[in-house]
Amino acid sequence: MSFREQFEIPAKYKMWSMILMGVGLVSILAGYFMYGTGDEHHEARFWGTLLYNSVFFLLVVNASMFFICATTMAMGGWQMAFRRVSEAISFAVIPIGIISGVILLALVFGHQHHIYHWLTPGDDKILLGKAGFLNPTFFIVWTSLSIILWIALGAKMRSISKELDSSGPLSVEEGKKYIFKNTIWASLFLVWFGLTVMSTVPWLWLMSIDAHWYSTMYSWYTFASTFVAGIALITLFVIYLKNQGYLELVNDEHLHDLGKFMFAFSIFWTYLWFSQYMLIWYANIPEETVYFKHRVQGPYRGIFFLNLIVNFLAPLLILMRRSSKRNYTLLVFMSVLIICGHWLDFYQMVIASISKDHVEFNFFDFGVAAGFVGLIMWSTGIALGKRSLLAKNHPFFKESIIHHT
Amino acid sequence: MAIKKFVVGSFDDEKVLFPAVKKVRKAGYKIHDVYTPFPIHGLDAVMGLRDTSLHTAGFIYGITGTTTALTFMSWVFNKDWPLNIGGKPHFPLPAFIPITFELTVLFSAVGMVLTFCYICQLAPFVKKHHFHARATDDLFIMVLECTSKTNEEEAKNFLAAAGAKEINVQVAEADWWLGRYDKEDELYAKGTTEVAHS
Repeated sequence: MSFREQFEIPAKYKMWSMILMGVGLVSILAGYFMYGTGDEHHEARFWGTLLYNSVFFLLVVNASMFFICATTMAMGGWQMAFRRVSEAISFAVIPIGIISGVILLALVFGHQHHIYHWLTPGDDKILLGKAGFLNPTFFIVWTSLSIILWIALGAKMRSISKELDSSGPLSVEEGKKYIFKNTIWASLFLVWFGLTVMSTVPWLWLMSIDAHWYSTMYSWYTFASTFVAGIALITLFVIYLKNQGYLELVNDEHLHDLGKFMFAFSIFWTYLWFSQYMLIWYANIPEETVYFKHRVQGPYRGIFFLNLIVNFLAPLLILMRRSSKRNYTLLVFMSVLIICGHWLDFYQMVIASISKDHVEFNFFDFGVAAGFVGLIMWSTGIALGKRSLLAKNHPFFKESIIHHT
Repeated sequence: MAIKKFVVGSFDDEKVLFPAVKKVRKAGYKIHDVYTPFPIHGLDAVMGLRDTSLHTAGFIYGITGTTTALTFMSWVFNKDWPLNIGGKPHFPLPAFIPITFELTVLFSAVGMVLTFCYICQLAPFVKKHHFHARATDDLFIMVLECTSKTNEEEAKNFLAAAGAKEINVQVAEADWWLGRYDKEDELYAKGTTEVAHS
């Protein structure tokens, strides 16, 4: 039996990724002329849109590498049949990481204090108290370090995986050594991931927009949001490749498990969303409720609750059945819905803090998002074509073929 | 309760058991059940068992729990004993959510365990016939139910040809009944006499 191991980018796929990237560029230019040159409020809207889009898509593609490392640490074998797909998605951390880095550093160097108030604390006692964490030097160093190490450790994980293509089947001893090496690098990535995405980075990049407010749940909440969207993205690519006639070894069982991941982490996201909301609602302390004031009782009320419906109720009710996790059409629908839903979540996390009095949600948001989608398609397509789609010499590969849920 | 006649074959290898189950089904014999010492992946599919509906039952128990929690709490705080707690409204939905969640989980978990025990006919003070003691140790036991059309000898020969090591015919109670194994009762003695060994 022969397999189609080599992905060739279809002309249509290439065209669409180019069109989407073009739309993104045009939107950024149009947005710049519409908002970027206006008063401070407009400028904040321009930079805010760039900020939430780039950070969202960066964390989503980075979640793909987190998925690989977490399953590696758990000695998981089931994902091996489509591991190369998640590897290819994580390749997008490089271009999007650079773009996000540029945007984030531009915010600090450009003194966008409409977005990051803490850049100019003045004699604000609360901001001065937080200055040890919220200061430009730390922001610049930590942001650069985060992105560089995600790229470097991710590249190391991908290169370890690539070694197998030329080495041929491993003996038992070689296999044990190989798994050990994988475990070491995966654990290094996970430690860095824990220090950044799961704690400091969302505080620094997103929560510091509301510099007076804080929530210790915030980072977990952001992580859950991007991880579930990351799994949805992997699912989309796996189904796309299957429909193109690749990935013959991936079957309903693997998709069922991806569906379970989407279901479970949608619930996990809701758990964190609710824990953050309820504790603040219950305590009812003004300095904490200020975050929810314009979201629950202000102009963002509709988006705030739509967010809950799309990201909690829909996955809960639709993905609960076994048959829906094995249905390609429903999985594609749910993946798209979940990615859009969490993108909307990021929109309200950032924009609702920047423009508190009225909701602006227009072509600019969608255009920039389309640009990033095109960029992910483009870089994933190239990365997929670079190596075999099957990690066929991996010691756990057989386990994945006979995977049964 | 129904006392029926069964043809019982024991297998000592999964690799023999799987094709045997297929052959037996193809020949049209009615499989009462296959008893194995450990869960075997794919055996249910080979036996042609349908997917369980236990999760549907679980969903129904779950929404029962949700409804119970929400209705009871809102009745208490609005009608039976309204209290002003920290100036919160009388229907404080966020405060109800954790309890609603717990009750949903409790109802669905307990309900599913009880349903599972009922389906498997497991309960304290209840007995079921054991076709072969080694089904819990190292043998796979296939039990065919004799219908009015089944020829016993033919079925025994068929099982032997399919690779069964030990074959016998048992007349036994198919369902569960009240009684305890440590206190032999009349029904147990009567119902499970092994009629023939071969």
